Amino acid sequence: MSKKSETELKEIALKVREHIIRMSTDGGCFIGASLSCTDLIVFLYSNFLNVNKNNLKDPERDYLFLSKGHDVPALYGTLAELGIVEKEKLKNHLKTTDHIYWHPNTNIPGVEFHSGSLGHLLSVAMGVAWDCKMKNQNNKIVIILGDGELNEGSIWEGLLVANALNLNNLIAVIDRNEFQANVRTEELIPIEPLTKKIEAFGWNTFTCNGHNFSELEKTFELISSNQSKPAAVIASTIRGKGLPSIEQRADRWFCNFANDEVDMLINELHTRQKADLTSETLVVR
Amino acid sequence: MNYEQKLLELVQKDERIVVLTAENRAAIRNLPSKIKDRFIDVGIAEQTMIGMAAGLALRGRIPIVHALSTFLTMRAFEFIRTDIGIANLPVKLVGAVPGFLSEANGPTHQAIEDISIMRGIPGMNIFTPSDETELINGLEQVVQNKNPFYIRYNNFPASVEHENFEIGKAEIIYPGRDVVILTYGFLLKQAVEAAEILKLEGKSAGVINLRTLKPIDAELITHICRDTYLVVTLEDHFKTGGLYSILSEILVEKEIVCKVLPISLNDKWFKPALLNDVLEYEGFTGEAIAEKISNELNKVNYQTAQYYF
Repeated sequence: MSKKSETELKEIALKVREHIIRMSTDGGCFIGASLSCTDLIVFLYSNFLNVNKNNLKDPERDYLFLSKGHDVPALYGTLAELGIVEKEKLKNHLKTTDHIYWHPNTNIPGVEFHSGSLGHLLSVAMGVAWDCKMKNQNNKIVIILGDGELNEGSIWEGLLVANALNLNNLIAVIDRNEFQANVRTEELIPIEPLTKKIEAFGWNTFTCNGHNFSELEKTFELISSNQSKPAAVIASTIRGKGLPSIEQRADRWFCNFANDEVDMLINELHTRQKADLTSETLVVR
Repeated sequence: MNYEQKLLELVQKDERIVVLTAENRAAIRNLPSKIKDRFIDVGIAEQTMIGMAAGLALRGRIPIVHALSTFLTMRAFEFIRTDIGIANLPVKLVGAVPGFLSEANGPTHQAIEDISIMRGIPGMNIFTPSDETELINGLEQVVQNKNPFYIRYNNFPASVEHENFEIGKAEIIYPGRDVVILTYGFLLKQAVEAAEILKLEGKSAGVINLRTLKPIDAELITHICRDTYLVVTLEDHFKTGGLYSILSEILVEKEIVCKVLPISLNDKWFKPALLNDVLEYEGFTGEAIAEKISNELNKVNYQTAQYYF
């Protein structure tokens, strides 16, 4: 796999964010979480995972599971930019003629498993990881978890069992945007000190800035060089990253923008000049 | 041959099969050393076990998972529904000590709504062997079936000679004209005992072993309901959602009018005790079942009444 430069990654991420903004109208989407993990997903598909449009059924491909699920516009945008799905297809967002709805599903090429119910895919990824190890394959199994999702008991059950089963081909990336749906994580159910907690469960734990491609590159190189245990990457991110008018705003979890706001937001993405948004601010799905 | 030996035979024959347990090893305690990394014990973590089974199935495996019925079907319900049900993965869920078989454990361990919730999942099938022989007879077909299955496990010795097993085909133990008892699981033995008593009383009493509740042998049931004065549903399950409900749905759909006597747990937990004492206390012995049926039959002159149907 030829690795993309930081400049190229930034260009792709910008285009993916444009796709996300276009999906946040006419019904809307979970834009905040999608923007926080955009750079993670772009990095993983571009420079880490062995996944391309020709190997989607190959048992030796790498796997990416989106466990929180409502970040799926970031995945669809990335798959479109990498040529795994048609860009035109994204226009079918929320239409009954296609399958592009608020949570991932396997009707879309490149989606490994459906999600939406939090706390499920860690164990699913563990099943895949066990089978890859049984077959002596060297593929990597990566899962993106939300930090709010860490409220779910099944995540801690999975952390415990993954260590017991020595799944050293498994990497959990935590999109640490510090928000749950409507509230800051530390104000509701504090999860810090997160690194210590996950380490105490027997995982190798790494921290990095989830919007900095060179840090991501270094972190994942470090993991690949010698993975003796399941690995967790706590990636610090900003919910709504790229759009200052919604960044880190508790009321901008799910957004359904007016059509004319979409152009304003795409302009904001490129200029960082705050758009004057008038549409409803809090839509809870 | 027992369940564990049959399972080992299947594992050795088909490399896709993997065995999982949430530290419930009673029926499979000798497997770990024999099948190595195809045996996975996740500890007391039913949700993780189901999620892992889904992941293994995504990779082409046929996972056979083991836990107590209550914790398997209820603690992990949403994982079964969401990870196995939505994706229709061929995971086989083996639930131990279902129904009355939890004996003296108490209501926490009473899986008496398991049929109800499992059959509500699209694509999920239900195998309810009456004894270990039938479990072994049906296991390969169930494991090789491309759909998910819930297996209501029991390892009792057989009390009847079984016909060849077929998914969706019930087994006629006795035909009957006055009454037919529809049942599943270990209560088949009590149903047969009840029928013997009724026969001695001069009644034509039949027994049907349903074997799978989903798919259900609707054709045979339809035939019986049209031809029999009284149909009994006998089950160690809540009245709601189990066999009585399944039968009711068939009768409504086929527009059949038929007299039905449910013998089940009507909105209540059962008295925790050793099995024979539970059967006695709850009225599920052969004698108690026969008595309930006799009382129902004696309410009217059924030999005349049956011609109305």
